[in-house]
Amino acid sequence: MTALTDLTIAGMKAGLAKRDFSAAELTAAHLTAMAGARGLNAFIVETPEIATAQAAAADAALARGEAKPLAGIPIGIKDLFCTEGVQTTAGSKILEGFIPQYESTVSGKLLGDGAVMLGKLNMDEFAMGSSNETSAYGKVISPWKAQNSNRELVPGGSSGGSAAAVAARIAAGATGTDTGGSIRQPAAFVGISGIKPTYGRCSRWGVVAFASSLDQAGPMARTVEDCALLLTSMCGYDAKDSTSLNVPVPDFAAGLTGDLRGKRVGVPKEYRLDGMDATIAKLWDQGLEWLKAAGATIVDVSLPHTKYALPAYYIIAPAEASSNLARYDGVRYGLRVTPPGGNLADMYSATRAAGFGAEVKRRIMIGTYVLSAGYYDAYYTQAQRVRALIARDFEQAWAHCDLLLTPTAPSAAFAFGDKADPLAMYLNDVFTVPSSLAGLPAMSVPAGLSADGLPLGLQIIGKPLDEAGVLDAGLAIERAAAFTARP
Amino acid sequence: MTYTDNGNHGSYRVKGDTGDWEIVVGLEVHAQVTAQSKLFSGAATTFGAEPNSQVSLVDAAMPGMLPVLNGECVRQAVRTGLALGAEIHRWSRFDRKNYFYADLPQGYQISQLYHPIVGEGTLDVETDDGTRTTVGIERIHLEQDAGKSVHDLHPTMSYVDLNRSGCALMEIVSKPDIRSPAEAGAYVAALRQLLRYVGSCDGNMDEGSMRADVNVSVRRPGEGFGTRTETKNVNSVRFIMQAVEVEARRQVELIEGGGTVVQETRLFDPNSGTTRSMRSKEDAHDYRYFPDPDLLPVEFDEAFVADCLASLPELPVAKRARYVEALDISAYNAAVLTADVETARYFEAVLDGTGAPLATAAANWVTSELFGALKKAGVGIEASPVKPGQAADLLKLVGDGSISNSIAKQVLEVMVETGEDPAAIVEARGLQQVSDTGAIDAAIAAIIAANADKVDQYKAGKEALFGFFVGQTMKAMAGKANPGVVNERLKAALAG
Repeated sequence: MTALTDLTIAGMKAGLAKRDFSAAELTAAHLTAMAGARGLNAFIVETPEIATAQAAAADAALARGEAKPLAGIPIGIKDLFCTEGVQTTAGSKILEGFIPQYESTVSGKLLGDGAVMLGKLNMDEFAMGSSNETSAYGKVISPWKAQNSNRELVPGGSSGGSAAAVAARIAAGATGTDTGGSIRQPAAFVGISGIKPTYGRCSRWGVVAFASSLDQAGPMARTVEDCALLLTSMCGYDAKDSTSLNVPVPDFAAGLTGDLRGKRVGVPKEYRLDGMDATIAKLWDQGLEWLKAAGATIVDVSLPHTKYALPAYYIIAPAEASSNLARYDGVRYGLRVTPPGGNLADMYSATRAAGFGAEVKRRIMIGTYVLSAGYYDAYYTQAQRVRALIARDFEQAWAHCDLLLTPTAPSAAFAFGDKADPLAMYLNDVFTVPSSLAGLPAMSVPAGLSADGLPLGLQIIGKPLDEAGVLDAGLAIERAAAFTARP
Repeated sequence: MTYTDNGNHGSYRVKGDTGDWEIVVGLEVHAQVTAQSKLFSGAATTFGAEPNSQVSLVDAAMPGMLPVLNGECVRQAVRTGLALGAEIHRWSRFDRKNYFYADLPQGYQISQLYHPIVGEGTLDVETDDGTRTTVGIERIHLEQDAGKSVHDLHPTMSYVDLNRSGCALMEIVSKPDIRSPAEAGAYVAALRQLLRYVGSCDGNMDEGSMRADVNVSVRRPGEGFGTRTETKNVNSVRFIMQAVEVEARRQVELIEGGGTVVQETRLFDPNSGTTRSMRSKEDAHDYRYFPDPDLLPVEFDEAFVADCLASLPELPVAKRARYVEALDISAYNAAVLTADVETARYFEAVLDGTGAPLATAAANWVTSELFGALKKAGVGIEASPVKPGQAADLLKLVGDGSISNSIAKQVLEVMVETGEDPAAIVEARGLQQVSDTGAIDAAIAAIIAANADKVDQYKAGKEALFGFFVGQTMKAMAGKANPGVVNERLKAALAG
C-alpha cells in the first residue's frame, strides 16, 4: 500500500471518504514525516496539537457526513499568513514571538474548509528572496540533490519552506505567496505545482505585506488537481481587502479537463534569452508539443517590453516594501531594542538594525531611495509607466492567444551561496516577474529534469481570471510529462 | 497656485521702523469629519473615550491589516466641497505620506497629495468691522489623523493613545488671500459656521475637531510674496489671530533688523503668545509620497454628486438673506440668528409653530429674551430648557393679546425653571391679560380721583405724566391689563 504521505490530496479525500483511513491517521503520518525531516528546516513552528485536534474534528465531521471539502487534509501555512494564536514572523527576527489575535482570510478559509494545519512554513524574510537564504530562522534545504553531488540545494524562494515540505511529503499541500515568482520558482525547483491566481482573487487581509500591488496568495501541491482543490478554497471576495475582486469562484477541480482543443498557446519570443540553458529550451519546445497534442494551436507572440520588467519590478516592489515595513518600529509589537540613553529615533534605528536582515535592509534602502524627492519621477513614476506597458503587452498578446507557455526559471535549483551577488539572484525572477506586474494568473508545473537530475518547471500564464484555462494547460503538461521523479 | 485675491481688504498694516508692511496669510484647516467610524477602519470616533479603547487592528497597524475606505467620509468631503462652490473631482486617489513617529502606527499617513477629492472653491468672509472679502480655497483632501503622544505622565517614558489614530480629517487649504489677523479669524469662523451647517465637522475647536496650520509672510504693499513660515496646529480662532499677528511682527522685526525670514515650521505657545521654531526646511522630512497600493482610486458618478448636493441644507449666506428679505427680520438679528446652525435650527422650529407673520417678533424674542435666559442659565441653545414649540406658544400668547410682553418675561422665567408649557403657566397663575374696559375704567377712575393734582398738571401741559398714569393703572391691574386698552381708556379719561 502507498504510504499515506505519498497520496495526493484527491487521493486522501477519496480514502477519507471511504474510511480507508482516518484523518487522525493521515495527520499522524504527516506529523511523523515532519519530525523525521527536521533537517530540512521547512517549518518555523510545528503545531502538532492543533493538527491533531483539527484531525479529530475532521473525523467527527466525516462520521456525521458533514465533511467540508478539505476535511482532514494536512497542509502547511507559509509564515507570511497571520494565524490566530500561532506565532507569525514572516521569516523575520523583528516579528519573533508575535502571536496574532486574528486569522488571515486565506488561511481561515482553508481551515474553515476542514484543512489541518501542521505548522508555519519557513520562508525568505518578508518574502524577499529566491533561495530561502534570507530567513532569520535558518535556510530551508531542498530535499533534492543533484546527481553525483552532495551539495545542499536551495528550495527556491520565497515560499521555500512550502516547496520543501510538499516535495518531501511532509505536507499534502501548502499555501504560498507570490510577489514576483515566490510560488512558481520554488515549485519548479522542487518538482511540484503551484499557481499564483489573478491579483485580487485571494484576499491579502492578514497576509504580512511585502509589495501590496503584487502580493498574491496561492496553493502549492504535488498535482495540478490538488492545486485546483486548494485554490477553490483560498479564493473569494473579501470586503476587508479593497483590492479583492468581487467575482464568482468556480470549482476549479471539478472543471478540470486538460482538454486544450480550440485553445491558442502563445510563445513569447522575448523569453528565449541568449545563452538559455539548452535543456530548458528543449523542455520548453517539448511542452509546446505536449500542448499541441492536447488540442492547442501554437502561435508566436511578442511581449516587447519584457526586458524592462525586472528593473521595473525591483523599483516598485522595494518602494512599496519600504513603506509597508515602516510599521515594524518596536513601538507596538515584535522586537524592540532600546539603546541606553537613546531617544525615539535611536530606538527605531537599533530595533530595525537588529530586526531586519541584509536583504530586507537592502530593499528598504532601494525603496526609500526611489521614492525620495528628486528621484521619484526618474524611478518610481517611470517604473509605473513600464508596468503599464507590460500589462499592455499581455493585453495585445491575448488578441492572438489564450495562454502563454514559458520556462518558470532560467535554471534548476542551485547550491547555497552560488548566487551571492544580489543581482544574479534577482535574475532568477526573469520569467515570473512580468506576469506578476500584470496581475495575471500563472502556474508552474514540473515537466522534466535537468542534465544533473534536478526538476525543471514550465510556466503557464493566462488571461485575467482564467485560472481554469491555466490549470487545464497545467494538467495537460502534467499528464504528458508524467513527472514521477522524487527527491 | 492661482492667485485669486480680489483686493478688497481692510488696510491692515504692520507698522515697522522702516515703514508699513502688508501680511499675507494662507490657512490649512484640519477638520475632523463627522462620521461614526474612522476613515479606513470600523473603530468608533467618540471624543473623550478611555485611551486606546477605540482602536481597531487596522488603526494599530498590525501585520497584514488593510485599509477600507469609509464612504461616509467621502460623502462629507464632497458635501463640504459643494458648500464651498468647489470643483468636485470625480476621480481622486490616496497617497502615503511616510514618516516615523510613535503615534503613527503605520509609519505613514494615508492622505491625498496628488489627486485631492475637492479642488478650487471660495468662501465669503466678513470681518467684525463689516469688511467683506472672498478667500480662495485651493483644495480639500481627506487624510488620516495621527494618534496622541503623552509625554508628561512618566519621567522617562512616553505614552501613546491611538483613539484618534485613523480618524478622518478634511484638510481645507486656503489660497494666500488673507491680509490681517481679523480676516484670518473671520475666515476660520466662517469656515466653522459652514462646516457646522453642512454637518461635516462639529467644529469643536477645544476638542481638537478643528485646528489650523497658519502660513504667514510679510511684504511691502504691492510687492511679491515674502518667505513664509508655517505655524502648526493652532486650535482656536483667537490663537489663530494672535499667531498671525505675532508671527508677522516677528518677521518684520527680523527683516528690519537686517535678518531674513527662513522657511520653517513653527509652534504657537498660547501661554507666552509667541511662536518658536520647530524645524527648519533643512530638517524637513522627505515624505516620499506615493499612491497607496492598498486602496483603489475613488471614483463616483454624477448621481452621487447630485445626491450630495440635494442633501445640503440652506447655507448661512442664503439663510441670512432670506431672513432679511422674506421675513423682514433686521439685518443684525438675521446675522445673529444664522451665525450658528443650532440657533438657526431653533429659530426655524419656533417659526414652524408661530408662522411667518410673527417672524420679527420671534427674531426679537430669541435674540433678546431667550439668549438672556440661556446666558443666565449657562446653557447653549441646543440644551435650551424651553423647547421651540413652547417658545412658539409663548409668542402666540403675546401675539393674540392673551398676555403682555412684560407678563411674557415672567412666564419665560417660569418656563426656564420648570419646563412647563406657557399656556399652563398663564392659566395656573391667572396671568391672562385683561382687556375688559369695565375693570380698566374702574381702576382709572380710582387713580384719577386719588391724584387730582397730577391730573391738573397733566391737563396744564405736563404730558410726561401720562406714563405715570399708565404705570399706576398697570400696577392696580397687577400687570395684566392690556396696555393698548389702558392707553386708549386713559387718554379718554384724562381728556374728559
